[in-house]
Amino acid sequence: MKKIVLEAKNLTKFYNHNKVVDSINLQIEEGEIFGFLGPNGAGKTTTILMALGLTEPSSGEVNIFGYNSTREPLKVKRITSYLPENVGFYEDLTAQENLKYITRLNNIPEKNAEEKIKEVLKIVGLAEEAHKEVGKYSKGMKQRLGMAAVLVKEPKIAILDEPTTGIDPKGVEEILNLIVKMSKEQNITIMLSSHLLYQVQKICTKIGIISKGRIVAQGSIQEIDQNLLKTNQEDSFEVKVNPELSPVVLDSIKKIEGVNKIEKKSSEHSLEEIYIKYFREG
Amino acid sequence: MNGLKVVFWKEMADHLGSRKFIILFAIILAISVSVVYILSQNISEYFSEISKEYMFLNLFTTSAGSLPSFIFFVSFFGPLIGIIFGFDSINSERSRGTMSTVLSQPIYRDALINGKFLASLTTIGIMLISIILIILGLELGVLGIIPNFEEILRMGLFFVASIIYIGFWLSMGILFSIVFRQTTTSALISVMLWIFFAFFILMIASVIADQIVPLNQNSTLEVAAKNDEIKNMILRISPVVLFQEIVIALLNPSARAFGISSLVKLNDLLPTSLSISQSLMVIWPQFVGLIALMLICFAISYIIFMRQEIRAT
Ligand SMILES: Nc1ncnc2c1ncn2[C@@H]1O[C@H](COP(=O)(O)OP(=O)(O)O)[C@@H](O)[C@H]1O
Ligand SMILES: [Mg+2]
Repeated sequence: MKKIVLEAKNLTKFYNHNKVVDSINLQIEEGEIFGFLGPNGAGKTTTILMALGLTEPSSGEVNIFGYNSTREPLKVKRITSYLPENVGFYEDLTAQENLKYITRLNNIPEKNAEEKIKEVLKIVGLAEEAHKEVGKYSKGMKQRLGMAAVLVKEPKIAILDEPTTGIDPKGVEEILNLIVKMSKEQNITIMLSSHLLYQVQKICTKIGIISKGRIVAQGSIQEIDQNLLKTNQEDSFEVKVNPELSPVVLDSIKKIEGVNKIEKKSSEHSLEEIYIKYFREG
Repeated sequence: MNGLKVVFWKEMADHLGSRKFIILFAIILAISVSVVYILSQNISEYFSEISKEYMFLNLFTTSAGSLPSFIFFVSFFGPLIGIIFGFDSINSERSRGTMSTVLSQPIYRDALINGKFLASLTTIGIMLISIILIILGLELGVLGIIPNFEEILRMGLFFVASIIYIGFWLSMGILFSIVFRQTTTSALISVMLWIFFAFFILMIASVIADQIVPLNQNSTLEVAAKNDEIKNMILRISPVVLFQEIVIALLNPSARAFGISSLVKLNDLLPTSLSISQSLMVIWPQFVGLIALMLICFAISYIIFMRQEIRAT
């Protein structure tokens, strides 16, 4: 079995008597790209903030590499990078200066820092703009700088909160590629929150679906798919047929007694169904 | 510890290169220089009747022509300087979206607020000390006035008092920058409090004192003194008043007390100058009060900041 990098046990958070996060249990293994999927207001950001020790849980706990996030936040934050939901920078400083501040906060020696900053700016494709003030950056560039900020402290795990919101499709593509690259080349375990299904589906190895503060499904896409089939299809069975059947044949099948549903299904769409199912129920 | 140091130096670099700093410095410098200049034009007129003993200090406390004195400027505009450095310190970090990035680095949360407070106070200190030195240089060079040792000591104490005074306004600005998410709100509330403590409190103190001890034509001196005492008590909740009393005692070696009530008791004393320790005896309650106000204000900011949610919403 692989090593557990992040583990949440019965993690719960109340905001003014509202249970925003409800007894969440999560396990993220080393090397995974874990997709934390859920609609707006589901409790993703709250869970992430608790994982980083930036918000205190009402009950339960989170551990990252065995360090308790609430009791040992500095140890957690030394090995964990965080890309906040609306990442911001000091606009009158250059990208290089912004990253410099982060390396200093991480107590990285100046000499190594210079090198590292150059390296990560190159990885995210901002080497040319390193000495430009961040105020002049586009949203997509800022997001890539955010990824550089994540990389610069050489984390073991990176937690990215909605890393693709508000940027154009090309920008989204770049960010997703970067995340995969980060995982493969730098060996960083990744937790990625999103309310956008297709992105999660595209790059994540495991997913957890959160709805109204509760985890409603967790595992690889196939596992979730099977679970869904199991619960959904008691006392019924599925007949697989050629997808190119003509409408006439489909119509006559529908008329057969006992058939109550005909749907076109492909493995690519199944996650979407799951997502819709839970979000309707939730 | 590393976190505090890094935040401090980042903030220092920001301040010293900022437009805010350069403009403020230029304004204060212009005012100070013109005060010295005008005084130097009329030096014989101003000092004919004052003892030559504290010539140097007198330059700081004398108002020249239509221009008020240097200490007037510090007591009125010091608060504004503190507010300017404080009012957007935390909420701008929040709205810019930099706060969660900074606090997700391996530093304690209080490193941010402590670093910001110390860096702002240091910057203000640098500003103040350079202006005092410039005035000192002008007095030496242009007017040929050489301060004696005691005057230098008194200037040092004045500097300390000013730092605490401006530090109070700074922590108040920081407090509002924590409580209010919008920088315009925190600026507005800070300035309102400044106006209250600098101006309205004078009216309120008189009104309340007159309510408790009404005065009329046949009031005895004792009644008038009582009225004055109540008024002073109310006034002393204002840091502006506390600071003014401290500065008067520090820079006016002959000042021994404030208000009529004290005059009644002290009028049989000889009008000689007080030593530094005697001056300090007169104002130590005000000094302690000012320090307490600053610390309380900072402590409240600290506590709220530590417990506040990190998110911008
Ligand atoms: N500081 C707060 N006080 C009260 N309620 C909050 C606070 N922060 C978040 N919430 C509420 O918690 C819920 C979950 O929010 P969040 O974790 O941001 O969801 P997500 O990131 O999945 O969109 C929302 O209903 C939100 O309104
Ligand atoms: Mg969120």
